Amino acid sequence: MSILAWTWIIVGFSFALYIGVAIWAKAKTTGDFYVAAKQVHPVLNGMATGADWMSAASFISMAGLIAFLGRDGAMYLMGWTGGYVLLALLLAPYLRKYGKYTVPMFVGERYYSQSARVVAVICAIFVSFTYVAGQMRGVGVVFSRFLQTDINTGVMIGMAIVFFYAVLGGMKGITYTQVAQYCVLITAYLIPAIFISVMFTGNPIPQIGYGSQVSESGAQLLGANGYVLDILDKLHTDLGFAEYTHRGAKSTIDVFMITLALMVGTAGLPHIIIRFFTVPKIRDARASAGWALLFIAILYTTAPAVAAFAKTNFIQSVNGVAYEDAPSWFKNWEQTKLVGFEDKNGDGIMTYAKDPAVNEIKVDRDIMVLANPEIAKLPNWVVALVAAGGLAAALSTAAGLLLVIASAVSHDLMKNVISKDMSEKTELVWARVAAGVAVVIAGYFGINPPGFVAQVVAFAFGLAASSFFPVIILGVFWRRANKEGAMLGMISGITFTAAYIIYFKFVNPSGNTAANWLWGISPEGIGSIGMAINIVVTIVVSKLTKEPPQDVQDMVASLRYPRELAK
Amino acid sequence: MADKEKLQAYWKENLVYIVVLLSIWFAVSYLFGILMADVMDPIRVGGFPLGFWFANQGSEIIFVILIFVYVKLMNNLDRKYDVHEP
Repeated sequence: MSILAWTWIIVGFSFALYIGVAIWAKAKTTGDFYVAAKQVHPVLNGMATGADWMSAASFISMAGLIAFLGRDGAMYLMGWTGGYVLLALLLAPYLRKYGKYTVPMFVGERYYSQSARVVAVICAIFVSFTYVAGQMRGVGVVFSRFLQTDINTGVMIGMAIVFFYAVLGGMKGITYTQVAQYCVLITAYLIPAIFISVMFTGNPIPQIGYGSQVSESGAQLLGANGYVLDILDKLHTDLGFAEYTHRGAKSTIDVFMITLALMVGTAGLPHIIIRFFTVPKIRDARASAGWALLFIAILYTTAPAVAAFAKTNFIQSVNGVAYEDAPSWFKNWEQTKLVGFEDKNGDGIMTYAKDPAVNEIKVDRDIMVLANPEIAKLPNWVVALVAAGGLAAALSTAAGLLLVIASAVSHDLMKNVISKDMSEKTELVWARVAAGVAVVIAGYFGINPPGFVAQVVAFAFGLAASSFFPVIILGVFWRRANKEGAMLGMISGITFTAAYIIYFKFVNPSGNTAANWLWGISPEGIGSIGMAINIVVTIVVSKLTKEPPQDVQDMVASLRYPRELAK
Repeated sequence: MADKEKLQAYWKENLVYIVVLLSIWFAVSYLFGILMADVMDPIRVGGFPLGFWFANQGSEIIFVILIFVYVKLMNNLDRKYDVHEP
């Protein structure tokens, strides 16, 4: 059967599965809709969190990003996993003890201020929309690459599916579809990775394989003997690049600050925090962070192995090879314009080099994942599975983000600011309407992507790092933190971070170079400084103003103990 | 009063766990993977320069272990101070 036929079958089957799960897990109450009635098993919540977290970008682009960044790419691996340690130790158990539905709600009650809550709602909605636009686009891109539909048709199909299960099932529906989506995406990621590792090194564990020596058959394929990473380092130096395993172009301080901003930003993202509200107990909240990170780490430790194998294979099978003898996957993906050859010196031989005047190969980083099944000569159904995996990653993340938007609108704005005596039934209707409207807006951005989407991803993490994270941490660990401190802290943290990013990304993009940056920190890493500013301002202002009311201090104290204590 | 002291002791032990585990969190990623890369990289484990391994694999694996260690420690601590959930 052809790749196309297999892809329609497997993608169609996976969509039917998600819809079936959604019908089975229909939300009946607001508790179901916002937090899945707090009845999700911690291991399942871990899987759901993994799917929630790993987006189209993690699935399709991350290995390629690492393949071309080399050593510097590790900042994404550490940055997008280390935040879960912070979540497990500093946030999840205490927010679960608080026991309500949304992050803005916690901020509002802890700092006894309606305005703090509104600021938090605006941040949550902004961060989530920034993210979700990219996901809907991702769905369209996967459709167009694998199923040869128009990108916009792909976005519409994705919208219809998410609309169905997010509006119907709320958090309950989303959770169980995310569990299914995790299984699909991890299988689709691991199968090609395992086969490639076996093909080159004979070791079925890619994490170990890329630190081993190539096998006999691998040596024939790659035309070199020894450790995979040594071969790759040598290829890089031969072609004029920096060694793959050595420091890249970024300064140490920048790598440090970007890693920190990503970690802290992860721990401050509302669609991740909200997942820890869905488990029955506080000890489940801690454990579920561990399961989530385990499930995430399976993909995140495989990605650098995929990157190393694919990059080595790419250079070896393309550089210095006559164009007529190019491997079949090269010819196939040439049609999608993800790879290309321009014979600059007219010798008919493909040359790959750092020097743009000599280099004749154009390559999109996504090819490092997308072409793997063909490189490993796997059957057509595996290619189809990779398509279904990419869609699962994009849809699951989109759904989680849409739920944050829906609950922020229906619970934090409609119910608590606009109409306090709303019945639960009306609130549930509003939650569904809000989810529906959010899907449509996200779809609109997917079809008409604002040019700045790629630019504002740094925004999402920077904003989460400089707003939510410090306010929640101090709110839990420091009883004395008060309304005045938190408000000024959040405002100064966000203003500084936003101003820095806007200046370098939009006002003066040509000046966005290390020489102009504050202490050599790029806009991607500036959220770390924004966070520090927020913390310092909150502490100083809280000290100078009067302490929070007794009932708030009692609430903070009660967060620290899993069991309600008799007075 | 005894109860109050007990609760404070519980919280203090929790804070000690957090500080110790976060120090390891910092060491394996920021220290071994980034700041000390030049010292660590000449040491090889199989085909991996050690600093490269910590940045690519080690820190992620150790992060997972840290969380499960914390889960275990806290479950025991909750029981020790009798604040565990029913």
